[in-house]
Amino acid sequence: MNPSSIDSAVVVKNLERRFGSFIAVNRVSFEVQKGEIFGFLGPNGAGKSTTIRMLTGILAPTGGTGTVAGFDVRTQAEKIKSNIGYMSQKFSLYEDLTVEENIDFYSGIYRIPREKKTERKEWVIEMAGLKERRHSRTGILSGGWKQRLSFGCAILHEPPIIFLDEPTAGVDPVSRRQFWDLIYELSGKGVTIFVTTHYMDEAEYCNRIGLIYRGELIAIGSPDTLKTEFMQEEVLEVLCERPQDAMGEIEKLPGIKEVALFGKGLHVVAEDAGSATSEIRNLLGTAASVEKIVPSLEDVFVSLIEARDRADQPQQEVRI
Amino acid sequence: MKPLRVWAVARKEFTHIVRDPRSLGMGIAIPMLLLVLFGYALTLDVDNVPLVIWDQSESPASRRLVSGFLGSRYFLLQDYVHNYPGMERAIDSGRALMAVVIPPDFAGRIESGRSAPVQIVVDGSDSNTATIAMGYADMVALAYSQDVAVEATHRIGGRAIQVPLDLRPRVWFNADMESKNYIIPGLIAVIMMVIAALLTSLTVAREWESGTMEQLISTPVKGPELILGKLLPYFGIGMLDVLLAVLMGEFLFQVPLRGNVALLFAMAAIFLAGALSLGMVISIVTKSQLLASQLAMVLTFLPSFLLSGFMYAISNMPKPIELVTYLIPARYFVALLKGIYLKGIGLEILALEAGLLALFGAAMVLLANVKFKKRLV
Repeated sequence: MNPSSIDSAVVVKNLERRFGSFIAVNRVSFEVQKGEIFGFLGPNGAGKSTTIRMLTGILAPTGGTGTVAGFDVRTQAEKIKSNIGYMSQKFSLYEDLTVEENIDFYSGIYRIPREKKTERKEWVIEMAGLKERRHSRTGILSGGWKQRLSFGCAILHEPPIIFLDEPTAGVDPVSRRQFWDLIYELSGKGVTIFVTTHYMDEAEYCNRIGLIYRGELIAIGSPDTLKTEFMQEEVLEVLCERPQDAMGEIEKLPGIKEVALFGKGLHVVAEDAGSATSEIRNLLGTAASVEKIVPSLEDVFVSLIEARDRADQPQQEVRI
Repeated sequence: MKPLRVWAVARKEFTHIVRDPRSLGMGIAIPMLLLVLFGYALTLDVDNVPLVIWDQSESPASRRLVSGFLGSRYFLLQDYVHNYPGMERAIDSGRALMAVVIPPDFAGRIESGRSAPVQIVVDGSDSNTATIAMGYADMVALAYSQDVAVEATHRIGGRAIQVPLDLRPRVWFNADMESKNYIIPGLIAVIMMVIAALLTSLTVAREWESGTMEQLISTPVKGPELILGKLLPYFGIGMLDVLLAVLMGEFLFQVPLRGNVALLFAMAAIFLAGALSLGMVISIVTKSQLLASQLAMVLTFLPSFLLSGFMYAISNMPKPIELVTYLIPARYFVALLKGIYLKGIGLEILALEAGLLALFGAAMVLLANVKFKKRLV
């Protein structure tokens, strides 16, 4: 074990997974520190789930190395499974079983000792807000309840590392917020959390994020680092009358990379903020406000993806 | 192997079954229904052959022949007819399977000691039944001829002559030659094979389809724990089915159970373990409920029905087919059940069948464990 991995919950080097000729995950390398909330951000089909499946030991990598909780993902998958909690994309509850029966099942699978069993069960029911519904069949519960119950089942055994694959997909905003409170609470207790998402606002909650696109890790760092360091261009916010009309005009100006509608105004990605500001002022007159802003994660992500697409242009697009 | 995990899986699986009326129906109602349906419908006995008679002689001699037919339990008189069109109608319409035509000069010929022709017309569209019915008619004719011959010698004043060969058949194990006595035990084997494989063919595939398997394989549960846990509740249902089937055989069909009941259930347990594991293997390999249930049906129903010795004697099969029957586990269970039920024999004779059945069971359990991988793809 090399020194850097002592404080690391997850270490991955050149991890690769191919399905036939399709490369789902292409030589990805990163580390996740203990107690960290690490977000894996990327569009659908980018390789988020494939990565998380390799890390949880349920999918064998076709190349590269990796350790989770100090165990090798290629050879010690079963040891990993005792040290992690995993919540897959579908809330994997047995819908014909009641809330309590689902918890009892996983508590048997994880061999929770008798004296802790009731305490953990009550904790999950309390956390999920299912006190009145402990005897209801899981199938009739709403998305937020199912989410918290399956989360509870996945962490019944109090694992030091938790993998969450798009845990908030299809869940209402209030439930999402509660869910993230829960994640912070666990993180505060030293639990490592590896979470995939394609919601930009959720990515902001993470200590560090990795951006994955077409199977490749294209940026990694804290949300602030990504916003300030990874974006070569600068972002201007333009507030004006009829932004939709202005959009086409601004796009034609020199040095402008991209223009997108954002709230009431426009976000303009420019090579140089100073010259672009004067160009836009000239175009729209003084009624418009043009201001340089810190880019949002979305700006960063879109800019990085487009840069990657431009670089990949000569190549054939690989998709299944 | 941790008992707590096996128990957790078994309890969960049992709850699935209890909550789903369809799986309960398939596990218990369908096998019983099949047993009743097949048990009543699938009779190979030819009894009460419907008969019409055209007695042109209308003499004491001819009436004696007619009573020979009617006295047998194999024939049932439908009607007397008086011409060929009437006879034809009876056979065409299926009202009668056989017609007996006694010529006008029958009595005269018999009395003068000449041979008297009697015509039998049989509906050959079911050749199996026709052959058996003709055999019965032969017996009636033979008995009549003997009686006439004996009486004739008697009248002449000689001593009563002895028939040179006196064949005295005695049927062992099924003295009344009732087909239900060997069909029911065989049927139990065939139905259990199909139902057992079908039951478990869904269980692993369902979890792959619903996504719960992805969650399960990320836990520390071991493959053998999962498989054993899943087998247990179905094993319970299977044994309940065997018990119900044996009770139905006893009280509904009155099939004699001469052998050791404990041995019967022990063999059933071994057979079930194999058949349930076969279904499990299918489920593990296909990962699809639809495919798994169809495959389970194809792999079990026809082979056990046709090649187990249940319907057709294995010794009559062409050699290559006969070799194939060794691969059909129902073959051993059918032999065991028939042996235990009808002959009352035990392991001293059935050891080979029992051994091969156990071998099949062990192979299937092993295969299920080898094939189950806690990995995606």
